Amino acid sequence: MAVNEKPENAPEHCPGPSTEQAGKASACQGCPNQNICATAPKGPDPALPLIKERMSSVKHKILILSGKGGVGKSTFTSQLGFAFSNDENIQVGVMDIDVCGPSIPKIMGLDGEQIHQSLSGWSPVYVQDNLGVMSIGFMLSNPDDAVIWRGPKKNGLIKQFLKDVDWGDLDYMLIDTPPGTSDEHLSITQCLKESGIDGAIIITTPQEVAIQDVRREIDFCRKVKLPILGIVENMSGFVCPNCKGESIIFAPTTGGGKKLAEDEKVPFLGSIPLDPRIDKLTKSPQDKYFLPSSPESLHNFLGLQTSIKH
Amino acid sequence: MADTLATHLAGIKHIIIVLSGKGGVGKSSITTQLALCLVQGGNKVGILDIDLTGPSIPHMLGLDGKQVHQASSGWVPVFADENQNLCCMSIGFLLQSKNDSVVWRGPKKNAMIKQFLTDVCWGELDYLIIDTPPGTSDEHISIAEYLKDINPDGAVIVTTPQSVALADVRKELNFCKKVKLPILGVIENMSGYVCPHCEECTNLFSTGGGEAMAQEFGVEFLGRVPIDPSLTIMIEKSNDDNATLENELIKMYTESNLYKVFNKITDKIVAKVTT
Ligand SMILES: Nc1ncnc2c1ncn2[C@@H]1O[C@H](COP(=O)(O)OP(=O)(O)OP(=O)(O)O)[C@@H](O)[C@H]1O
Ligand SMILES: Nc1ncnc2c1ncn2[C@@H]1O[C@H](COP(=O)(O)OP(=O)(O)OP(=O)(O)O)[C@@H](O)[C@H]1O
Ligand code: SF4
Ligand SMILES: [Mg+2]
Ligand SMILES: [Mg+2]
Repeated sequence: MAVNEKPENAPEHCPGPSTEQAGKASACQGCPNQNICATAPKGPDPALPLIKERMSSVKHKILILSGKGGVGKSTFTSQLGFAFSNDENIQVGVMDIDVCGPSIPKIMGLDGEQIHQSLSGWSPVYVQDNLGVMSIGFMLSNPDDAVIWRGPKKNGLIKQFLKDVDWGDLDYMLIDTPPGTSDEHLSITQCLKESGIDGAIIITTPQEVAIQDVRREIDFCRKVKLPILGIVENMSGFVCPNCKGESIIFAPTTGGGKKLAEDEKVPFLGSIPLDPRIDKLTKSPQDKYFLPSSPESLHNFLGLQTSIKH
Repeated sequence: MADTLATHLAGIKHIIIVLSGKGGVGKSSITTQLALCLVQGGNKVGILDIDLTGPSIPHMLGLDGKQVHQASSGWVPVFADENQNLCCMSIGFLLQSKNDSVVWRGPKKNAMIKQFLTDVCWGELDYLIIDTPPGTSDEHISIAEYLKDINPDGAVIVTTPQSVALADVRKELNFCKKVKLPILGVIENMSGYVCPHCEECTNLFSTGGGEAMAQEFGVEFLGRVPIDPSLTIMIEKSNDDNATLENELIKMYTESNLYKVFNKITDKIVAKVTT
């Protein structure tokens, strides 16, 4: 399983801290972790079968990833959720596993909502009948509270989201992630391994500082054998609302998302321009369906939808 | 560890941590600009990049592909300028390839941060600026804990004006309060964009939210930094394989408009930590 099984300070023949042998093998003699490994609970995680059971009613699971922060993962996740759920026969779930910086409630116009506990588990917050949302943002008594959690606690919550939430039958589950390649990313891929993830949509912006982090994210996907559905380039240029003149704000000095997709041999799904109206939809919930007015941008979202479907 | 760490870092006069709850708001860019302005003002500056899974500092300083050297006394940081007034340490300098992902859970990240603090020989520095990843998790808890006993000067909080960013940054302010890290002030980055064709200023990411938030929390508002595409361009030029001294980042930066804006912010920060 994990890429990361063997701690850095462990000797070469470390059997892996979650194995039966952990802390007891001959290699463990003198390892600084011996005590912890010998006493930690072993064997398969009891949560996994429960997760598998729950996830059996979810047809497609899609991760939205990016090594870089602020490139538009959460915005894209919510747009995709709205786009899918435009068809009332499609059931969609959005799960936000950004535990320290949850943006989904605000972006989807659900500020101040709370989750409810029922017999069958936590029920998600519904934007409409066929679009349910789960986020730690719905569990804070004060929205400004900092969630000062280290890895294990974040992982615990992610497991709960997967096994204790009553998602019902879903066609699509879209999972929004924090930037990076750490606890959350490892946990979600490990927990969903048996149930199967369709793949990841990778979001980038055009400039090299972002592309660099995204290359690392792609490296991560390969290490954990997570298929890549494609790359979306967000914030690709800007059309002035006044003079309609175009300008480049984040210059694609190394070729941007398109070149990255070519280099990495993964599909390029399209680019989305910078649009100042995007922030507005978080303020007026009736504008939640931000379907871009230009036919090209609209095509981006819908084109995506069809290419994922088959 | 406290005692030894205090002795080890004794040559550093001021420690500033750059934080934001939100990703991509410009923490690494602000760290870089603050460092450049301080160096230009005659200081010796070090940058410590504790964003372990998304290190940006090597690229921002035009140092992609550089390696740290191991000396008998520890790791020698990488210098970014001719005159050796700006040095930095990042996990980026420890990777085989810049495309390698660092897939680490918390404990390993914490151990690395500790090692950065205890094993890098910074020597005498006027300022050490610490760039962080977004959030309020392992890296943040660890750096605050490790530095607790040596009283860092405080945190500079970066936000952009959008409501989505502000919501996360409010959490970061509360984090600072919880861990008793003083807040030096708030910077609103990417505040307004002037169209190069018609001079119309578009608030691409709306505007003003950072100042209002600073007021509400009773912390200083340090200023606004506009969106300026030349920043990305300068960074790329300084990374160019054929980069010459002409293209040294600090030179290009001090000739840019951003420098004028940011220098004022730097002055405020300097005034805060030196009085
Ligand atoms: N195409 C766009 N045009 C204009 N603004 C955009 C665009 N895409 C995203 N934004 C804005 O950029 C900010 C960052 O977007 P978002 O929060 O979706 O990014 P993220 O990748 O989820 O960030 P984080 O790494 O913090 O989770 C938001 O304020 C959002 O409104
Ligand atoms: N004022 C500005 N004008 C134009 N571009 C900017 C400005 N500030 C930052 N940028 C660009 O925005 C992108 C994000 O900035 P940066 O990498 O500094 O953010 P960050 O907060 O460190 O992100 P992360 O959360 O991923 O660490 C970079 O490409 C940077 O060059
Ligand atoms: S004690 Fe054994 S299992 Fe645990 S880290 Fe060390 S070598 Fe690996
Ligand atoms: Mg997000
Ligand atoms: Mg950064």
